[in-house]
Amino acid sequence: MFTATLVLTALGLLLGWLLGVAAKVFAVEENPIVNEVESLLPGSQCGQCGFPGCSAAAEAMVEGTAAVNCCPPGGRALTEALAELLNVDLNSLGDAPVPQLARIEASLCTGCTKCYKACPTDAIVGATKQIHAVISKACTGCSKCKDVCPENCITLAPEPVTLNNWHWTKPEAA
Amino acid sequence: MFGLKSIRGGVHPETKKDLTSERSILTALPLPKKLYLPLSQHAGVESRPQVQVGDKVLKGQLVARSGGSLSANLHAPTSGIIAAIEPIVAPHPSGLPAVAMVIESDGEDRWKDLPTLNDPLDLSPDELADRVEEAGIVGMGGAIFPAAVKLRQGRRFEIKTLIINGSECEPYLTCDDRLMQEQAAAIVDGARMIRHIIEAYEVVIAIEDNKPDATAALKQAAAPYGMINVINVPTHYPMGSAKQLIQAVTGKEVPAGGRSNDIGVLVHNVGTVYAIHQALRLGRPLISRIVTVTGACVKTPHNVEALLGTPVRDLIQACGGLTAHPARLLMGGPMMGQIIPSIDSPVIKGTTGVLALNQREVNEHLPAPCIRCGRCVDACPMGLVPLEMAKHSGADDFDQAQDFGLRDCILCGSCAYVCPSHIPLVQYFEYAKGELRERRNNESKQEYTKRLMDQRNERVEREKAAKAAAKKAKKRASRKTKSPAESES
Repeated sequence: MFTATLVLTALGLLLGWLLGVAAKVFAVEENPIVNEVESLLPGSQCGQCGFPGCSAAAEAMVEGTAAVNCCPPGGRALTEALAELLNVDLNSLGDAPVPQLARIEASLCTGCTKCYKACPTDAIVGATKQIHAVISKACTGCSKCKDVCPENCITLAPEPVTLNNWHWTKPEAA
Repeated sequence: MFGLKSIRGGVHPETKKDLTSERSILTALPLPKKLYLPLSQHAGVESRPQVQVGDKVLKGQLVARSGGSLSANLHAPTSGIIAAIEPIVAPHPSGLPAVAMVIESDGEDRWKDLPTLNDPLDLSPDELADRVEEAGIVGMGGAIFPAAVKLRQGRRFEIKTLIINGSECEPYLTCDDRLMQEQAAAIVDGARMIRHIIEAYEVVIAIEDNKPDATAALKQAAAPYGMINVINVPTHYPMGSAKQLIQAVTGKEVPAGGRSNDIGVLVHNVGTVYAIHQALRLGRPLISRIVTVTGACVKTPHNVEALLGTPVRDLIQACGGLTAHPARLLMGGPMMGQIIPSIDSPVIKGTTGVLALNQREVNEHLPAPCIRCGRCVDACPMGLVPLEMAKHSGADDFDQAQDFGLRDCILCGSCAYVCPSHIPLVQYFEYAKGELRERRNNESKQEYTKRLMDQRNERVEREKAAKAAAKKAKKRASRKTKSPAESES
């Protein structure tokens, strides 16, 4: 009884110590800024930046290998927020990216269902041999549908200006 | 004056109301051949058409139903045929197209069968609110917020004071003034019905003191009813803005970001009250409104009762036509009105006036740099700092602009009116508010797409697991059926 207690205690202490050492030795260093950048990104993993997902893009931005204006769904607001966080001069960048929307040309669509299976946000509705349509409210403009469309009937364009989203432009400076 | 607190800031522009205030409202205008009813004449989403091209409609028939909580019904302003449902140039400064229903009038102007109604004051408040909604009534002072929504919100709060807004502080406009003079009894009746719906303790009809005739008419009409007070407020732009009027009448200030309900007040414009009277007493939906047609380029300025959808050109024709090519064509008053892209734009529910102004009235100057004189700060009725808000909006620093009170700006234009450098301050604020709205929309879209993606991934996983389980079950089943067969052989 006494030996068993002793052995188990010793075993527990030893294994605990091993775990502690392993945590220190094999610790993966994570940059807290990467997490912060990732939390700002849209998180829909659309891949328009050229990286496999938002976390990879965040890492690249912190390292400086990706520009802070590489995220079209985030638009100008995100570019500004990232530039401030990463201390990048906004004037050194080109134009802010514009969010894109997919549109299906109904006269060319054959209803093959390939696009809606590829859509990561379920933004395309349709059925076999029925014309498909994009719900622009849910479209991130990732172009995955365009890549799989055999009829080449999907185009990407910035959101059109309508009465609902129009606003006055900035007055010209005096 | 009259023991009332006045409002902060504000300006005293030349009123120019004498152009139209002494002339009675022109009714029975020649029926336009075609009426253009935009499907979006209210705060919320477009209404949904309930008729098809080629259908015959009667005056007052429902042609489009409310498309959401802040949307409103639309009714045919005259009898005729639906000629088209197509995009037209919207009565909007952008000049962008808006889908509209085009009604070709048959010249008969035949009403649908109007219901015979009981005394509305015997009905329950909820039923009356439903009828107001059915009639498609929105805020007629230009805010175009659905009246029924406001009434229902009012029912959820304890409303001490119902204010009927007859102040009409915008220069040039006299549509409310004339309506109060000619339809005082109907306005008082409408006010009693609203009071019944929201169960307010008292009703105050507030009129700027430059309208003595309207005040006298309403005082006389309200005399039999003890709970209705008709009072004068000082002539002081922007007295007609709800927040300012509440301050002048009750002495209380609506908190920043709050609503008038929070301090127990509800404000309705006299035009809205009249429309509510028409709907609840006579069963008539909102199909026409009073429009002030004025400005130096109009031959004989007048108030006219116009069917919704009437092209502005017809209204000006009814007032003797144009004497000169207008330097600017406005819908609404000169302070807060919007430029319209075409003289063929139709009258909508929120059209208080049509102004054809000449060069002298427009009085346009090239903007000069800000000299930081602070006159805009003195003029701001909301107690904000317009010069700083404009500076930060111009530099796209919207967070700073919000810190200086951009959110509370009511876009009244007092600051731009007094600015000695002629800086288009309001345009800066419209720009900044628009950009901020766009950013908010984009943010909520990102949250939405992220949720959609997570849900899709979950579904794909589930389907995969279900497929694997089905495969396993099939395998097991086939093994079972195989083994007895083997034992038999």
